[in-house]
Amino acid sequence: MVSGLINANPVVYEKKERRVRSPSGCADEYAAEAIDQQEVFDILLALDIKDPEHPYSLEELKVITEDAIEVDDERSYVRVTFTPTVEHCSMATVIGLCLRVKLMRSLPSRFKVDIRVAPGTHATEAAVNKQLNDKERVAAALENPNLVDMVDECLAPTYG
Amino acid sequence: MEFPDDGNYELREVQTLEGHSDRVWSLAWKPDTGVDGVPPVFASCSGDKTVRIWEQSASSRSWNCKAVLEEMHTRTVRSCAWSPSGKLLATGSFDATTCIWEDVGGDYECVSTLEGHENEVKSVSWNASGSLLATCGRDKSVWIWEVMPGTEFECVSVLQGHTQDVKMVQWHPSMDVLFSCSYDNTIKVWWAEDADSDNWHCVQTIGESNNGHSSTIWALSFNAKGDKMVSCSDDLTLKIWEADIIRMQSGDGYAPWRHLCTLSGYHDRTIFSVQWSREGIIASGAADDAVRFFVESKDGSIDGPSYKMVLKKEKAHDMDINSVQWSTGEHRLLASASDDGTIKIWELGKTL
Repeated sequence: MVSGLINANPVVYEKKERRVRSPSGCADEYAAEAIDQQEVFDILLALDIKDPEHPYSLEELKVITEDAIEVDDERSYVRVTFTPTVEHCSMATVIGLCLRVKLMRSLPSRFKVDIRVAPGTHATEAAVNKQLNDKERVAAALENPNLVDMVDECLAPTYG
Repeated sequence: MEFPDDGNYELREVQTLEGHSDRVWSLAWKPDTGVDGVPPVFASCSGDKTVRIWEQSASSRSWNCKAVLEEMHTRTVRSCAWSPSGKLLATGSFDATTCIWEDVGGDYECVSTLEGHENEVKSVSWNASGSLLATCGRDKSVWIWEVMPGTEFECVSVLQGHTQDVKMVQWHPSMDVLFSCSYDNTIKVWWAEDADSDNWHCVQTIGESNNGHSSTIWALSFNAKGDKMVSCSDDLTLKIWEADIIRMQSGDGYAPWRHLCTLSGYHDRTIFSVQWSREGIIASGAADDAVRFFVESKDGSIDGPSYKMVLKKEKAHDMDINSVQWSTGEHRLLASASDDGTIKIWELGKTL
């Protein structure tokens, strides 16, 4: 067991006020659905990834922010840059994996997704990025029952 | 045979094959099919844990699934390869095993299961004579197995050297020289000076410091003569290598591979597959859903040979392309396997 907290006093940010989405009812329902930054952010906020040490959400810890999500709908491309709470955060790969799986399951299959940790925020940044973007390793990880349980727990909707 | 680099190429989509219920990782054409009236056959393997055997009907010309090899592998089947005689099919799986299937009059029986790797097996390859099988995987090792009488397999060497998982193993098309490429950004060449000694060791490591790739190398392939090799990488480049194989074949020791040229600026995302056709056409399949074709340019540069792209098929699939493989038969067919769960058969032609 870990003795003592790795990050005893995390900076907690206020949740951003949500913009109201414009209704899409008038749009042609057969038209390809355009995906924007806010939509991707909303998808990721539905993730229930809890830092095991803290009860705060990814948004409150600013692990993901709307600004760190780049979306190019025309090119079907999404890049998410997340910021681990501490430099040696052992959760970084798990958080990255959850982000990837959530987007894989939520976005239309035409989308290419890159996930990376913000430059300079993790001790083994290059290694974490390489692993998160190697789809063979991601596929193998998602056949590992222990990891799948962990990811599914994060992806399960929470009520209350 | 050289393929002329002038004129226009056209790519015709022959058929889309559906059947796998998950991404298709790899495929392999069966030797000695598609010639002399024997219908062309290939195998495909998938994240759905199965292997499928596909055959073109001689009468209707349409492609059909002839067999589904299942209930042996318990996880993704990542790689498949036919022995040179076409009698055996080896399949490597994330379940850490390699299965050997025998074609018994169209039915496939698993006749041997090779265990040894600690975890995911990522690639399998037979040598030119079919006497040796190589496997590699996430445990960073490369294993060489000898085929014994009665389809028994004996491990003759476990090669350590890569510092990360090994993505692919590939034997040279005519000599018993083994190539492995890895997540550690290197290609390693393995050789036993005295073929009977089983004294396999690494004779060359091609890394970034000697013009090699700067990220994961996913695949490599040889030209028909075996004196050139092409490799593809997550660094978005293809690299061409050359070696003096005449010297090696005459017994003058190992001839190292040297960098000939780098094809950059063509691919937008990771290149997962590359294959050189017997006619000299290089096909690549990438995570940008496109298939591209390159030939040696005859423009006569003083810097040595150069290669140019002669055709790019955008949106060849709806998702990443994991494997492109030229048929071994009479027709210039290419099969591509994708994350979209389909396999497509293409015919490359020339317009006058």
